[in-house]
Amino acid sequence: MGLKFRRNPGYQNLRGELTPESVFFSRRKMLATAGTLGAGSILGALPACSEPQQPKAGAPAAANAATINGKAVPANPTGGQKLNSTKSAYVVADGPSVEDAFNQYCNYYEFGTDKEDPAQYEGIMKTSPWSIAVEGETDAAGTYALTDLVDFTKLEERVYRHRCVEAWSMVVPWIGVPMASVMTRLKPKSTAKFVQFETVVDRNVMPGVRFPVLQWPYVEGLRMDEAMNELAFIAVGAYGKSLKTQNGAPVRTVMPWKYGFKATKSIARIRFVTAMPKTAWNKANANEYGFYSNVNPNVDHPRWSQASEQVIGGKGGFNQRRKTEMFNGYEKQVASLYAGMDLKANY
Amino acid sequence: MAHSKFLRAFGKTWMKPLTLAALIAPFAYLAVLWTLMLSGVAPYAMGFNPVKWTHHYLGDTALRILLVTLAISPVRDITGWAPIVLIRRRIGLAAFFYAALHLIAYFGLNLNWSVPALMEDIAKRTYITLGIIALAAMIPLAITSTNGMIRRMGRKAWERLHWLIYPLAILAVAHDILMQKTLFQIQPMTHAAILAVLLLWRVARFVIGKLKPAPATA
Repeated sequence: MGLKFRRNPGYQNLRGELTPESVFFSRRKMLATAGTLGAGSILGALPACSEPQQPKAGAPAAANAATINGKAVPANPTGGQKLNSTKSAYVVADGPSVEDAFNQYCNYYEFGTDKEDPAQYEGIMKTSPWSIAVEGETDAAGTYALTDLVDFTKLEERVYRHRCVEAWSMVVPWIGVPMASVMTRLKPKSTAKFVQFETVVDRNVMPGVRFPVLQWPYVEGLRMDEAMNELAFIAVGAYGKSLKTQNGAPVRTVMPWKYGFKATKSIARIRFVTAMPKTAWNKANANEYGFYSNVNPNVDHPRWSQASEQVIGGKGGFNQRRKTEMFNGYEKQVASLYAGMDLKANY
Repeated sequence: MAHSKFLRAFGKTWMKPLTLAALIAPFAYLAVLWTLMLSGVAPYAMGFNPVKWTHHYLGDTALRILLVTLAISPVRDITGWAPIVLIRRRIGLAAFFYAALHLIAYFGLNLNWSVPALMEDIAKRTYITLGIIALAAMIPLAITSTNGMIRRMGRKAWERLHWLIYPLAILAVAHDILMQKTLFQIQPMTHAAILAVLLLWRVARFVIGKLKPAPATA
């Protein structure tokens, strides 16, 4: 059993290339200590501690210099930094949820199973620079800096409805790039039928991965045509700022027609595969969570109806219920992907 | 202990009103939080999902008060202080009150008063079926809780009916356990453990009572 929860050697190697391990761990220890003491004044007294959250914008800070495969790579923004983006046509009419709700009501089991848990660890994980391993059925396998995969000068904003499988929803102004642009860059072979995404596993900063709630790393995946759909999005920010730890900093997937757990936060690995990936929640409970997990008001979760949803982050505090829409309101863009499929059987 | 002057005075004048206040407190707290939210003073006093928070809070409160009801007679057995039984009725009624509010909050806030949605939930979801049976079983107990009803029914029949509290408490705990994402979670398991101790106490009392002759005076 012990073997199962061993650190993934792949990630260890990746990390070692970026920052000397001793520096990396001592910074974390300081952060952890400051966190335990829980005093803002102590954080303020130790400039090094607040540094990961508020680096000087644009400064070629030594701490952020990185090399991957011997090449120097530019750092990506750390959590909460202002991001410039262009508006897109993808805008849900009923306006974004309160930003605090987005940052404080999160499901990210690596940081704990309560909605309020992940926000406690904001800034604890070093997310800049960030590297992603690309493997499998591709002509462009290798290790990439996030800035190689996502063009930070071409970011766009998309206001999508986010529907959680737990029957609640938010409206989030994501910032990022179309997933198709990243997929094209990674040159999947024609044999690649699915793309699999994995979240980083870091026992030193993720208290949740000490418990076998799910099999870590968190694995999710899409059929290639789903990944190439115009709605599929790679987000690096929201609400005009770069993503914070609790929402999957520095990079995550967003598929607004699917339940939220299909998204992969803090992506460390992308793998092109021939067979349908075994995904995290499906492995944990196949009765309740299928591979497709498209938002569908007509197919119940075994423990609750999916016909309606609780709206989170409305202005007045009180949350209304609204009727859940087929494919979360994105039927026009995605229905053709599932033509002829039995959506009850392929939940 | 049973003859302490203080305890006797407490039992006579303070015990009942203090218990009532303690039983109303969770409801008053909820009312304050809703007022804070709706007035806009603290819109997120119950977090970002006040609807879910409210019916969970009411359900937890109902279940815990039900466990307190079941703890009264063991406390009497241990301390020998009989007057404590005088507050059992109001504690039991409070458990019913919060359980009923729990259902009303779920039905109104979560299901928007949709009867078909509630029927579907009851029919399809085991934990809701168990919860609704437990709540339904509390209704006759609440109705027959008055002195007049005890007299009319006769002690024996009344006690037989009120024995229902044991299976309904088991159903309530099962309802709590089965609604969780994973089977073993600290809170519902703590409720289950407390209920197990309270029920085992009764089994032990019954067995010991069978073994030794009943005392001449109660």
